Amino acid sequence: MTATTPAPTVEEVEPQPRPRPKGSTGRKSPLLTVLVLLTLPYFLLPLYWLVVASTKDNADLFSSFGLWFADFNLVDNLRDVFTAQGGVFWSWIGNTALYAGVAGVGAAFLATAAGYAFAKYSFPAGTLLFSVVLGAIMVPTTALAIPTYLLFAEVDLTNTRWAVILPSLVSPFGVYLMRVYAADAVPTELMEAARVDGAGEMRIFFTVALRLLAPGFITVLLFQLVATWNNYFLPLIMLSTPSKFPLTVGLAQWQSTAAGGSGAQALFSSVITGSLVSIVPLVIAFLYLQKYWQAGLATGGVKG
Amino acid sequence: MTAPTTTGSAGGATAPGRAGPRRRGHSPAVRRQHRAAYLLVAPFMVVFAAMLVVPLVYAAYLSLFREQLVGGRSFVGLANYARALGDSAFGEGVLRVSLFLVIQVPIMLGLALLFALALDSGRLYAQRFVRLSIFLPYAVPSVVATLMWGYLYGPDFGPFTQIAEGLSLPAPPFLSSGWMLGSLMNILTWEFIGYNMIIMFAALRAVPADLYEAARMDGAGELRIAWSIKIPAIRSAILLTVIFSVIGSYQLFNEPNLLQTLAPNVIDSAYTPNLYAYNLAFTSQDLNYAAAVAFLLAAGIAVVSYVVQLTSQRRARS
Repeated sequence: MTATTPAPTVEEVEPQPRPRPKGSTGRKSPLLTVLVLLTLPYFLLPLYWLVVASTKDNADLFSSFGLWFADFNLVDNLRDVFTAQGGVFWSWIGNTALYAGVAGVGAAFLATAAGYAFAKYSFPAGTLLFSVVLGAIMVPTTALAIPTYLLFAEVDLTNTRWAVILPSLVSPFGVYLMRVYAADAVPTELMEAARVDGAGEMRIFFTVALRLLAPGFITVLLFQLVATWNNYFLPLIMLSTPSKFPLTVGLAQWQSTAAGGSGAQALFSSVITGSLVSIVPLVIAFLYLQKYWQAGLATGGVKG
Repeated sequence: MTAPTTTGSAGGATAPGRAGPRRRGHSPAVRRQHRAAYLLVAPFMVVFAAMLVVPLVYAAYLSLFREQLVGGRSFVGLANYARALGDSAFGEGVLRVSLFLVIQVPIMLGLALLFALALDSGRLYAQRFVRLSIFLPYAVPSVVATLMWGYLYGPDFGPFTQIAEGLSLPAPPFLSSGWMLGSLMNILTWEFIGYNMIIMFAALRAVPADLYEAARMDGAGELRIAWSIKIPAIRSAILLTVIFSVIGSYQLFNEPNLLQTLAPNVIDSAYTPNLYAYNLAFTSQDLNYAAAVAFLLAAGIAVVSYVVQLTSQRRARS
């Protein structure tokens, strides 16, 4: 996981943890199940509250009990969210998708190419460069944002879409992950065979290796996509024009207007409904793409 | 070039780890492979250098200067760092997140480990549902998580306040100065238990089952096995979660920044070190000092995570 840890060998690498037959008798424990189920409201209640609250108009938010429904007002709330301030919410959704999509695909591609090269080629600067990349996993991204802002201010990149996208293209953790993944997923014999057939090294990467690396690629893509989708600090400091905001910064701005209470009370229901709208794609992505999460986190954690 | 090469990338999977002494005269095939490797690594390394190395170097450079209305920019050496080390606002922020770290991280990781062990024991009904439910908060952006919890805590329409009023009890003052740090700990715990649980769970799945068989033969109970075999077996995964949590705690920004709108008198401009750096840069316009604080923070975090790793490695060896 860090520069001081020796690189994992092929034997240790297992990108997809396979289900292991459990040694126990397979007895289920009702007691343990009940104990665990009792804790689940903690994890689910806030989300349940968000769903309930987004069906209420602003008056009912204050007057009705928070954990149960009042008059069903979701459709009106949605209309308010999407029409407020000239429909700026649409721009926020578009921006978020753009930032997260470009950063996800870009970071995954850069990390895949680099991780593959670190894993499959022995080249003079390889060990040194890989150590530097590993060390960078420890660099705190939030503390890095202000230095990046200062640099971008110098070259007039602040308040542009590039200011959010460019820093999000770098995923040292993604390179580490792809290095571990590529070591196993691309058999060296296959590369040799392609060479015998006269394929150039680049052609081997693009036509042979890339296909084998696809699951790892998607894992890195997802991680970076979610990280960028959720990013708040970087766009907050980089952007000043509301039409360039992602959802996170836009919602936070609505919230601070609503909490400021300057005759804008109606916005509470918009903040809540907007929040719900903003997490729906992510929740769906999480539920359907689970195995990639687990694979990614397993590679990071097991090999630490 | 048709002859298969026996040098270069043969057995290249582990090559970077054991790149031995190299000869000068490489065959054309090996040189071609080196060129390919550099070509593949170059795009990442260029962006990496531009977005990570250059900003850090530039911040370090800026931190050595002072901007004045009269006289412009002047070199002040390490004066900004000396100022930061003697700055009580900065110091209080560091102490606050350290307190946060010492209390919240053990609770969060302890719970994550318990859930991971429960899932790994294979004794739960509805395993998949449990795992997804606990992991789900990680899908929620910290901005939305904080907005939700902020409303839940709030005195206006928070359900806790409503329940307390219904029972004629005083409302719990979640957003007061005495409770705020605890309220923040709860938000972070809610957000990240599932993430840490999945890391630990995945590590547990990779432990060979025959390790447990022998222990069961010897009559060890499940708790004993968890304590003596499973937890030691995944110590590197646990260490990873500790390091990520340490980094996360010292960077704390989103949650206090957003709760500030609900409790402006409780969360001041230097509540956490990152909030302080942000306010120095964007409210006080003191960019040079902000660069010093940000740089000091990044360096401090790197040192702390390094020390965490070193001490635990030493303990593992002894």
